[in-house]
Amino acid sequence: MAQVTAENVIEVIDVWKSFKSVQAVRGVSMSVPRGKFIALVGPNGAGKTTLVEMIENIRRPDSGEIKILGKKWKGNEDELRRAIGLSLQQTYFIDKLTVYETLRLFASFFDLGKERVEEVITLTGLGEKRKSYVVNLSGGQRQRLALGIALINRPAVLLLDEPTTGLDPNARYEIWNILKSYRTTSEASMILTTHYMEEAETLCDYIILMDQGKILREGTLQQLLEDDTGEKIIEFTVEKGSIPPDINKPGLPFNITLDPDGQKAWVSLKDFDEQMPLFLNYIKSEGLSIKHLECRKKTLDDLFISLTGRRIDG
Amino acid sequence: MVRRIKPYQLWQLIVATAKELLREPGVIFWGIVFPVLMALGLGLAFTKKPLTIRKIAVIAPENTDSSSVKPLPFHEFLEKYGKKNPGQSVGDYNWRVDIKDDKLGNYEFLFYEMDRNSAVMLLKRGTVSIIIDDTTGETEYHFDPLNSDAHLSYLKISGLANADRGMAVTSYQSEGIVRPLEISGTRYIDFLIPGLITMGVMMSCMWGISYTIIEKRSKKLLRRMVATPMRKSHFLLALITVRVALNFIESLVLFLFAFLVFGVRIQGSLPALVVIFLAGNIAFAGIAVFVSSHTSNTEVGNGLINFVVMPMMVLSGIFFSYHNFPEWSLPVIQKLPLTMLTDSVRSIFNEGAGFSFIAMPALILVATGAIFFAAGLKIFKWY
Repeated sequence: MAQVTAENVIEVIDVWKSFKSVQAVRGVSMSVPRGKFIALVGPNGAGKTTLVEMIENIRRPDSGEIKILGKKWKGNEDELRRAIGLSLQQTYFIDKLTVYETLRLFASFFDLGKERVEEVITLTGLGEKRKSYVVNLSGGQRQRLALGIALINRPAVLLLDEPTTGLDPNARYEIWNILKSYRTTSEASMILTTHYMEEAETLCDYIILMDQGKILREGTLQQLLEDDTGEKIIEFTVEKGSIPPDINKPGLPFNITLDPDGQKAWVSLKDFDEQMPLFLNYIKSEGLSIKHLECRKKTLDDLFISLTGRRIDG
Repeated sequence: MVRRIKPYQLWQLIVATAKELLREPGVIFWGIVFPVLMALGLGLAFTKKPLTIRKIAVIAPENTDSSSVKPLPFHEFLEKYGKKNPGQSVGDYNWRVDIKDDKLGNYEFLFYEMDRNSAVMLLKRGTVSIIIDDTTGETEYHFDPLNSDAHLSYLKISGLANADRGMAVTSYQSEGIVRPLEISGTRYIDFLIPGLITMGVMMSCMWGISYTIIEKRSKKLLRRMVATPMRKSHFLLALITVRVALNFIESLVLFLFAFLVFGVRIQGSLPALVVIFLAGNIAFAGIAVFVSSHTSNTEVGNGLINFVVMPMMVLSGIFFSYHNFPEWSLPVIQKLPLTMLTDSVRSIFNEGAGFSFIAMPALILVATGAIFFAAGLKIFKWY
């Protein structure tokens, strides 16, 4: 559970949820302090969306407790809806309404008028598209509109479910910039689900790694990656099929992880200076011919692989 | 829990729903132009009787070389009154008999002479509806008496053949004095227009409301909307309001067209018509909300809507009177919402009915709508 001393805007306590035979969320506890951006990172099926939907009160947990701004959903729905801004993983808005009209409609749900619509159009950079029908927007513009709708009520709590999935890098940066800019003008807290490491690293103060309905690890990026000081990753490519399946011999001080295509492999060296010569000798003794080799810093992806043996987006 | 209406929010929902609807060109065509075209087509088809052509097989005599054959009464009739076909190529008719009748419509009977086997084959195929056999010396008519069209042809031809009054066939007159119906409210178009209006209301509510809800649910827009403080009731209210307004315009255009082109008139109470029209809209809007309360699959939605709409289309007497259905089924048919609405609207249009006649159906329709709406809301899946 997050070690938090400031006031918690979102508190999730031992929440469980299953669908028929699938346990989607298994005893998750987490909290989001005021003003903090938190990333839920994990592969598809990790339970991120289900968890966020329970926080949004779109789904009810089987057991456990969720509080937002210190309040439970029951009996406080209208008040909490006013405090929350959200974007779902996939939403289609009304095709034949313009950007302006769509924002106007959603603004009316919060008793907000034209002024706020104009502010959001400026914030999301959709000025030139204000008269375009939603159906004619590009993927990135549509996502900016979805984000604009999420921000229309100046929410204290933002819940964004994969806001940049499927977007090209440019469109993704635009979304990030809007969020950064919103952050400078508000004290909002945010939970963002993503399977883009870079997104979590760029936007969020705190990262929660999820897999199979449970929290694997959590902490700041630094905490997560610097558990083992000086750890470096060697990534190398060999002739296809030349690495034997029993490459990890007992007694080796490192563990080699193979890509499913059998060409690429990683090895994490906790003490680089000492282990690198051992690694090279081992490769030589196994008779592997290396086509490409690079040394880089550990990423969240590496951490996930070392914890689960799988890649986050794989 | 009754909560205050939020006019600003409701108004924005109505505006958005109306814009969404009116920006679809298909809505204008299928909602307004199509019913008018249908009224025009059916109105013309059933007000002007076209020339009716019927084909009839006549059995050829087997022995033509002998002089001792029996007389062939029908052949004699054909030789006398029928026009022989000059062409006579294979597959052409042999004789033609025209019946001119301004009141009941013109008939043209085409007679084909052939052997028995070919005649039976053509009867089976439906190419001819009667086989006439006079080879025994008596004229025999072979046809299915349950086929009313064949029966009518038989009556006309046998009437002619038996008349033998020496007068020209072309001046044949129906017996008795026939007075085609011309009084307002008794023509087929007078029957049809109220039916088209009420069918339009049902279709528009069922497809317009149900399908919109199901589609918005499947696209997760409902889920997105109820994740705001939007009043759920306002969303449905806006959808229904816009739909009823569109139905009103559609019905008005259809009526004006029928009034101008066919002289269809509303003989009864106009306020009563407005009341029963609204009651019908409420009934079908309620049913539409109920039907769309759960599914997010548009295919399932299609099936559900058809399940509701189809039986009423067939049974409720939109195009033809439901009194032709078996006696035992009438009490059930008469209680269907579309039948109740259609009977009421028709009686206002054609029989001069007023509030006293439509009060009960209107109440039942409103209650039906309210019950289905409440039940639908109870099980409504917003996400």
